[in-house]
Amino acid sequence: MKMADINKLDLAGTKAKGQRPYFMNDKQTEQVMSITMALAMELSVTRERVSTLECLLEEKGILTREEVENYSPDKEEVARRSASTQEYLARILRILQQDKEQIDGSDPSVEDIQDILTKS
Amino acid sequence: MTAAKTLPSWDVLTKHGVFPEANHDEVARLNFLTHLNVHLSASILPGVKTAFDTQVKPEFEKEHGREPESRHEVRNAMLKHPYFQTWSALRRNTMEMRQQAGRAQVLRQIENLVEKVDGYNQGAESLILDDSVQIPNNVGSVDIHCQPGCYYTEYFENDVTVAASYDLGLFVTTAGLLGTLSDGGGKAVGNWLQDNHPEFMPKRILDIGCTIGHNAVPLAQAFPDAEVIAVDVARPSLRYAHARAKSMGVNNITFIQANAETLSQFEDQSFDLITTAMFWHETSHSVMPNILKTINRLLKTDGLTLHLEQPQYHGMGVYEQFIRDWDTYFNNEPYWGPMHELDLKQSLNDAGFNGDDMFETGVVSSVDEKIFGKREAGDAGEDYGRAPVWNAFGLWKR
Ligand SMILES: C[S@@+](CC[C@H](N)C(=O)[O-])C[C@H]1O[C@@H](n2cnc3c(N)ncnc32)[C@H](O)[C@@H]1O
Repeated sequence: MKMADINKLDLAGTKAKGQRPYFMNDKQTEQVMSITMALAMELSVTRERVSTLECLLEEKGILTREEVENYSPDKEEVARRSASTQEYLARILRILQQDKEQIDGSDPSVEDIQDILTKS
Repeated sequence: MTAAKTLPSWDVLTKHGVFPEANHDEVARLNFLTHLNVHLSASILPGVKTAFDTQVKPEFEKEHGREPESRHEVRNAMLKHPYFQTWSALRRNTMEMRQQAGRAQVLRQIENLVEKVDGYNQGAESLILDDSVQIPNNVGSVDIHCQPGCYYTEYFENDVTVAASYDLGLFVTTAGLLGTLSDGGGKAVGNWLQDNHPEFMPKRILDIGCTIGHNAVPLAQAFPDAEVIAVDVARPSLRYAHARAKSMGVNNITFIQANAETLSQFEDQSFDLITTAMFWHETSHSVMPNILKTINRLLKTDGLTLHLEQPQYHGMGVYEQFIRDWDTYFNNEPYWGPMHELDLKQSLNDAGFNGDDMFETGVVSSVDEKIFGKREAGDAGEDYGRAPVWNAFGLWKR
């Protein structure tokens, strides 16, 4: 293999040789936890980046931390933020929305539909 | 409520000549993982003990009419407890996240790193690689501590990926306790020799299973007139080790790719000091006796062999054994448990030493002020409590 031929993304996340233990009673639950922790890390990284930006802006005299803390958004910004927060929540919780939409089990099964579609 | 104790930032690590660079987010990621590890052990793990004391142990006693007698009984019972499950799942996952973070960071700059390593290694007589060395099954059976590619995998010619990722990640599991060059163990050995055996001036030193030379380098620095030989089977690690040492101006180590079970290239009684660091728990019931015999053959009379290793299980309570044993089952350290229940005196006897000469001790490295700051003015005495202590065993060959 040549250096140029490696897939860095795959290689960075590749599995360690050896059976992977799962601890929770349900493997999928543990996988969700794993995904959540990766997100938690990325969020922490983002917060640190914002904090760096604030430090630099303050150092350069562009704004102060108090200004950030005491910032009070105007009406338009309040509306933008509210919309954006609602959209964010809707994205994250999509699976619950969709489950709710068919919680009465009203969706036909594939077999039901196949029955319809294959009836001559 | 007490104020949160500040943990050091990964960025305090010394950037030797082949140390991987880190951008803003990479540092933040490694710091997050460091904090997560500390949180899991300081804040979550005590709950595992409570679960054992208040639920798992009483239930076990009710069922069996006696206390659990081995770490295996404790493990099998604890595996059913949700708190242990969650802590374990988080811990395992944190190990995997650390691996991915380190590898991604290294791989994005691997071209540059390989070039730097080559620059130091080009034509050097102090790096001796040997294609014919096979990876023994104690190293090759699983990727030890969940490190994909272990210490030895090369993804392309002259690769050092696994070694560089190992180097940058040690901080994450130790939160800086190993010092800015992750060499606290080796430094502690140097301190111990200076304090206890100032007259001992080894001329030839052998370090077995050196990996990237973290603990061989401080020995070479402590004895600058000595010739140090550091052996390992893992090529990418040796390549990186050699370049790392050179970049730090350490020129008295020869890194050799060899299986330490034989080392037939060295004459009997040709070393004054033979060391290992965190090594034996990654060997096996066949490799360990072979290497101990090799050490006995290579060590001069009145020479010293000294080994940094976690303490043996004998005399520990079953719960502590079980917690220490976590890595055996869940972090790809299969020989950790079997090694820690050996009778070391017997092992040394079997290798031809006099096991009764064996001693155990704690070796102490100084607190790295670059990481933890200066001692408060007026603090009396030693940095007890803050200074990391390593368990060690060894013997003087008589
Ligand atoms: C846990 S690491 C040791 C860490 C290292 N001594 C340090 O101070 O950082 C174990 C090392 O031993 C090496 N190893 C295992 N079995 C070996 C053998 N039979 N001969 C030589 N090296 C071996 C592995 O390749 C690995 O690099």
